[in-house]
Amino acid sequence: MASRHGSRRRMYMKMVSSSLIRRASRLIIAVLAIAIGATILSGLVTIYYDIPEQLGREFRSYGANLIILPRGEAKITRETLNSLRDLIGENKIVGMAPYRYQTVKINEQPYIIAGTDLSQAEKNSPFWYIEGSWGNSQETSRVMVGHEIAQTLNLKLGDTFTVQGVKYGQQAEASRQDLSAEENQKRDLARQNFAKKLIVQGIVSTGGAEEGFIFADVDMLDELIGDTFRADVIECSIVADAGELTNLSTKIEREIPELQPRAVRRLTQSQDIVLGKLQALVLLVTVVVLIITMISVYTTMMAMVAERRREIALKKALGAENKLVMSELLGEGVLLGFIGGTLGVFLGFEFALRVSLNVFGRGINFQWALIPATIAVFITITVLASIIPVRKVMDIHPAIVLKGE
Amino acid sequence: MSRKILELKNVSKIYGNLKALADINLSVNAGDWLSIMGPSGSGKTTMINIIGCMDTPSIGSVILDDIDISKENAASLTRIRRDKIGLIFQQFHLISYLTAVENVMVAQYYHSMPDEQEAMEALEKVGLADRARHLPAQLSGGEQQRVCIARALINSPEILLGDEPTGNLDEENEGIVVDIFRRLHDEGVTIIIVTHDPEVGDVAQRKIILEHGKIVDDIDQSATFGEALKLRHNN
Ligand SMILES: Nc1ncnc2c1ncn2[C@@H]1O[C@H](COP(=O)(O)OP(=O)(O)OP(=O)(O)O)[C@@H](O)[C@H]1O
Ligand SMILES: [Mg+2]
Repeated sequence: MASRHGSRRRMYMKMVSSSLIRRASRLIIAVLAIAIGATILSGLVTIYYDIPEQLGREFRSYGANLIILPRGEAKITRETLNSLRDLIGENKIVGMAPYRYQTVKINEQPYIIAGTDLSQAEKNSPFWYIEGSWGNSQETSRVMVGHEIAQTLNLKLGDTFTVQGVKYGQQAEASRQDLSAEENQKRDLARQNFAKKLIVQGIVSTGGAEEGFIFADVDMLDELIGDTFRADVIECSIVADAGELTNLSTKIEREIPELQPRAVRRLTQSQDIVLGKLQALVLLVTVVVLIITMISVYTTMMAMVAERRREIALKKALGAENKLVMSELLGEGVLLGFIGGTLGVFLGFEFALRVSLNVFGRGINFQWALIPATIAVFITITVLASIIPVRKVMDIHPAIVLKGE
Repeated sequence: MSRKILELKNVSKIYGNLKALADINLSVNAGDWLSIMGPSGSGKTTMINIIGCMDTPSIGSVILDDIDISKENAASLTRIRRDKIGLIFQQFHLISYLTAVENVMVAQYYHSMPDEQEAMEALEKVGLADRARHLPAQLSGGEQQRVCIARALINSPEILLGDEPTGNLDEENEGIVVDIFRRLHDEGVTIIIVTHDPEVGDVAQRKIILEHGKIVDDIDQSATFGEALKLRHNN
């Protein structure tokens, strides 16, 4: 019995495949239509899943999206900074810059120095417009000044200026009676105060508050004021959408209670909005492509049934039930969908890769799961699109179609 | 006296106000060789379609192998046709993308079980064993019609029906096909053939003439049947 069934199935496969192979030239258009549909579909799906990651990185050029403050009066130590780095994970971090703010005097006027890791700050803020260049941790007396300060103090690139201030943790000591006023002043200067000549390496223009700061290497600043590392705030640029940032914040609060994370909502929200719109667009295009593919398969199958009326009539005259003839035509549809879908998956990856390279300047990962998924989708589509054409089989009367002319 | 394989009782086929068949009565014995002749539009195709379960009469009953097929629905007509009727056509109607032997196997497939061995034997019987792997386009008209006959016979039908089976053939191929009919007749196959060709009509045992949907003549040719046979063989 098994071999008998096998033999029937073999004949079925023979008929279906011969019909496709020996009529290949007629079917190229149909396969092409399905393959193009599958190409666009699998390409778009690949991009769809890659967009959050790609766009996330792209959005990181708009600045820090997570600000970390100390909880309470205490400042953030080097150890806390390091454990934060570990907690977030190196691969998610685009930039992580600690800031220490210190009031200093220049020409007896108060200004604020922001001590930071300049290379990290640069990664956080690629959109800053810098005249000259960013300072570095080697030549620490070369610093950046905000555009506003540069204007008030009339500073140009390469100019020097002196910052003065009171060292960390020192209150002005009471003057000693036995010393003259000048001597007291000198003593104060030596013990409690600092002064340092700095060189303008860069001038920062952002259109924002940054223009009122001096940016210097944090270690230099610490040394200058005679203290160890203590940050007032950490600015982080992290690859994450709003949801992931919220999760990350909760995690940070739980794991490192002395920190207080704040997501920069304006940024993460607009990232999510752009992302949402892009994905909706991709989805829309996908649906349109599916519909167009269905229409083209439908018309192809319609034409095929019309073209093969005689053959269908003959099969019915030989005693084939409608169901059997329809299953053969559907079988051909499934095979078409399979071939077109398979072609499309690989072309689609190529397509997605090109788009990604051109738009985001990055490659993408091949999604293996996309192979069976795309093939299944296109088999389903061809079968769905074939239902109405294939049902035409029932209206074909052998006596009328096969009548001698 | 042989068994009655087919009986038409008061059969009419009416299209609007046209009677394609008008009150036909006919009975055919198993093993008979019958030819149907008559002018164009006289109802030959209509009659053979009704006998072949591809159409139903408007009035009357058709008894095929003890079953009244005029009362059956389309699905059971398909089944009866599959089991009892072998069809050959003027235009051959082979499936273009299948080889000769595969075309024969299609009939087996719809009937029961494809069997290549058996299909090859059927092709051998019509003298086409060496053309079995050719596609219809690679065969001559006569060869295509022989494939068609092999296909019609593969499931051992009760009746072999042909509507102008030699209509598209030259004289030589017509002779080959008629010879095959003769051999099948010897084997006891019931044959009903519509033809315009008097020669083909004359070789049958019995010839009926249709005019305006009526049988106007029913000629017993069994007396000359052997003669015609001899004549052919002497040629
Ligand atoms: N489906 C139909 N609808 C209407 N009239 C039909 C139909 N089929 C056949 N007829 C008519 O019935 C009559 C008999 O037709 P039929 O095909 O049986 O003739 P025929 O004897 O086979 O002729 P030919 O020798 O030309 O093949 C013709 O007048 C034809 O026009
Ligand atoms: Mg006719």
